[in-house]
Amino acid sequence: MTNTERFSLSMRLFHWGMAALIFAMLTAGLLMVASLDGWQLTVLTAHKVFGVIAALLVSMRLINRLRQPIPALPDDLSHWQKMSARVSHWLLYGLLFAMPVSGYLMQYFAARPIDVFGWFRLPAALNVNIYNYALFRELHSVFAIALICLIALHIGAALHHHIIRKDKVLKSML
Amino acid sequence: MKKLIWALLLTPLIGQTTEVPVNVTAQQFVDLQQGNAVYPGFRRAHAKGICVSGEFRSNGQLSDYSKAPVFQPGVTPFTGRLSIAGNNPTAPDLKAPVRSLALSFSISSTEQWRLAMNTPPVMAVAEPHTFYQQILAIQAGPAAIKQFFSEHPESKEFLAWAAQYKASGSFASETYNSINAFYLINQNGKKQAVRWVMQPTVTVATTDAQDVDALQNEIANRVAAGNVVFDWVFTLADAADDENNATKAWPDSRQKITAGQIVINNTTAQLEGGCHAINFDPLVLPTGIEATADPILRARSSAYAESYRRRATEQLTGALKEPEND
Repeated sequence: MTNTERFSLSMRLFHWGMAALIFAMLTAGLLMVASLDGWQLTVLTAHKVFGVIAALLVSMRLINRLRQPIPALPDDLSHWQKMSARVSHWLLYGLLFAMPVSGYLMQYFAARPIDVFGWFRLPAALNVNIYNYALFRELHSVFAIALICLIALHIGAALHHHIIRKDKVLKSML
Repeated sequence: MKKLIWALLLTPLIGQTTEVPVNVTAQQFVDLQQGNAVYPGFRRAHAKGICVSGEFRSNGQLSDYSKAPVFQPGVTPFTGRLSIAGNNPTAPDLKAPVRSLALSFSISSTEQWRLAMNTPPVMAVAEPHTFYQQILAIQAGPAAIKQFFSEHPESKEFLAWAAQYKASGSFASETYNSINAFYLINQNGKKQAVRWVMQPTVTVATTDAQDVDALQNEIANRVAAGNVVFDWVFTLADAADDENNATKAWPDSRQKITAGQIVINNTTAQLEGGCHAINFDPLVLPTGIEATADPILRARSSAYAESYRRRATEQLTGALKEPEND
């Protein structure tokens, strides 16, 4: 940690760009598994492609994050608050990897190659493994629910810093 | 159960007040299909079936229309499934109104093709929410189904087919239809809407056998004695045909191309065979074949996904038990 007051421009772009992508992906995911309507296939196809893009983005984001200084947490935070801030951020990163990986693996074990814009296809198993499909299908859901909860906590904490504590935590990402 | 009762109570209201059916979710649709008696680990629809395997012998006739490698002259192996309609994996074979043939071509790590075909050539309704109402009506009994059809003139072709259809004594002597249309895409990117049919090469008279597994035993014995063969015939739409409406057959005068023959050379009980793990989602398509916007086709994929998730998770958690024949 250093004296920097704000996240770097690249980190802010990754943060808000991926925030929009993740919001769209979670919304699409929740709606498409329930729908029988014609748009379902279009959204599902896009969801898979943007999952691939999300996996690439979060990898680049993590490298970017590890190479740059970030603002220190406010000094007046208690030890457990600092700990939970750090743990929740690494959990967020973990889930951002776990979502596309579990999504890909459920397709892989269901033997469903993923078509990327008609340019190429991601490989899938030749033969279905229904147990592994079920495992990753259910994990994909559990991770999604965990991610939604963690994002809610993340937004709540950001607002808490800004509105109640009136510190610079939220501003450092704007 | 509560949902079902409410849905049944509300059905007449829906019929009277509006032409537009209530939107249902994939979960509601599969709830309706599985009914009150859930058979853990089994398909929610077409639960009873037998695994088959064999090969597609392509004659190359369709290769000008689709770049899919299966249509080049040559042989592609498949895993498939012959099944009957219904949610009960032990139901008597001869009581089911619909029979099905599903195929899975596992071509390469990036190319898969699944096909799910039924004996009726057309659907009674054109979109999934109305189809839900049709299933409700079927479950409610003859009076409800009669009323449903009278309110849905689009079911005319389906009813005409049903009136003349006589179930044969074998899976081998049935005709299996794609029902929905697909696009073939050729090397130049040209799109051609098609439907297809697997035409039997044998005739087997209707049977009144009492055996609950009459069709499964018949096909197992038949395949053990020799290959069971179907001609794979494609019908090409012309500009006047609507590829997005599964209730209307295309005129008989349309160009037909026989792409080759489907040859079944092995059968296995479904829980021992390779077909049980497969979701025969007709929207798993290889390069060279694309989905139309047909609402029924799109909905099949969503509903199959929900059914597949349920039974796969039940299998993972060990809930699948082989039910005894009753």
